[in-house]
Amino acid sequence: MILLDRVSKTYNRRGSALERVSLHIEPKEFVIIVGQSGAGKTTLFRLLTREEKPTSGKIVVGGIDYDKLKDKDIPMLRRKIGVVFQDFKLLPAKTVYENVAFALEIAGLSNAEIKHTIPKVLDLVGLKGKENNYPLELSGGERQRVAIARAVVRQPKILIADEPTGNLDPKHAWDVIKVLEKVNKFGTTVLLTTHNQEIVNALRRRVVTIKDGKIVSDRAVGQYKNA
Amino acid sequence: MKEHRFITFERIIKNGVVNFGRNIWLALAAIAMMSITLTILLFGVVANATFSHTVNDLTSHIDVSVYLKDNVSASQRQQLVQQLNATGNVKNIVYQDKATVLKLYEQANAGNTDLLTAISETSNPLPAKLIISPIDPNNLETIKTVLDKPANANLQSDPTSYSGDRKAAIDKITSATHFFEEAGIVGIAIFVLISMLIIFNTIRMAIFNRRDELVIMRLLGASSRFIRGPFVVETMLYGAVAAAISLIICAALFAIASQTLQASSLGLLDISYSGHFFRAHLWLILSGQIMAGIIIGAASSAFATRRYLRQH
Repeated sequence: MILLDRVSKTYNRRGSALERVSLHIEPKEFVIIVGQSGAGKTTLFRLLTREEKPTSGKIVVGGIDYDKLKDKDIPMLRRKIGVVFQDFKLLPAKTVYENVAFALEIAGLSNAEIKHTIPKVLDLVGLKGKENNYPLELSGGERQRVAIARAVVRQPKILIADEPTGNLDPKHAWDVIKVLEKVNKFGTTVLLTTHNQEIVNALRRRVVTIKDGKIVSDRAVGQYKNA
Repeated sequence: MKEHRFITFERIIKNGVVNFGRNIWLALAAIAMMSITLTILLFGVVANATFSHTVNDLTSHIDVSVYLKDNVSASQRQQLVQQLNATGNVKNIVYQDKATVLKLYEQANAGNTDLLTAISETSNPLPAKLIISPIDPNNLETIKTVLDKPANANLQSDPTSYSGDRKAAIDKITSATHFFEEAGIVGIAIFVLISMLIIFNTIRMAIFNRRDELVIMRLLGASSRFIRGPFVVETMLYGAVAAAISLIICAALFAIASQTLQASSLGLLDISYSGHFFRAHLWLILSGQIMAGIIIGAASSAFATRRYLRQH
């Protein structure tokens, strides 16, 4: 489902952010990428969403080879991957309903399909009754659940979540993780980056540890210890 | 595919209109700026039209009188008229025979009994004349060249009115009006350019404030058209509203202030014409303003959003 083959990313000023990273993630897997701040987790995330190009190496996601991807096809790629950001990235002038609907609107779904789909997804993330609220009227946890609803509403085969609990208190963080587990249960491959030790250890999933831009461990049921 | 395009188009329009309402404070700030700029521009256009009207009015009174000897026959006069018409710079020629000239002279000097008595004591001393109205007062030389031909000069009892001090005065007036007309056109062009820059910058600032939205939409996989479209629709609305506001401001200004302005222009300018021009061209001005507002708004937002779309 996701393949990284000897992927490196070097910045002119910062130097090397990722060094020959190889990773293979099977469909329906739930994989956690862990590492300290600056380890290269976000760089990896940005490469997968094609916000950046690797300096070298090969990336294939959902059968799409990024080397062959043209600029005009990037929006199409992003519509196939569900993405959750640490800072939510919700549209402030749109309501909860409209933020989630936006993901379907850009894919060209009809109004009837959108009307039919959104209540189910909001129910899945526990936001029933908040349809008409604006993001600023919600708590951090609720905002992140809106972002997850937006990411999964198109039923993507892959969901990438970059530190989705980073800005949340423990209770809200767990709410978000539970939603991600639920999404994975429905068959979506989930790639979660985090440095929250408690969450990683409680989930008992595959854990890939990155340190200084390199993969230092990859365990089927991993544990994580903050250095 | 066609249906998908229609849905996208419908959503672009809808989102643009909704965004306009939801970002009302930002919209009001941009509209205020655009209204002021368009008002200044419209004021400049009307002022230029008023000035041109005054100049045209002034130059339309410039004519050339040719005084004919008493022995000039009708066919000789006709030949001269034909030659003058052939110059292409003659609007019309009026012939006044001796009796008519005398009658008009008497009417003009009705209060001066001494002069009228002196005139009546001799046979009519005033020559018949041709009054030539030129099309282009800046180009009276073409007429003068015909009149100065020896054969034509022999028909004239006195030098034409376009000679000596009068010629110098006419030449000065025409060259001055010519200069002011050109200056008016240059002035309007500069106004247009500055207006466009101000409006572009206003919209650029409004979009800069919302650049995060553009980036988020991009990361979610929205196409450039889908992201840019609502911004373009929104700024087109800014332009249309600003155009309507500027029109109302100008209408009010001309209605209220034209009398005061007329007095302060010392009668040099026909200020009342500005109101007349405004009313006569109201629909043209309204559609022109709205079109200008919409086009500048759309072009500015399309250009301003490009930067953020390209980076992501």
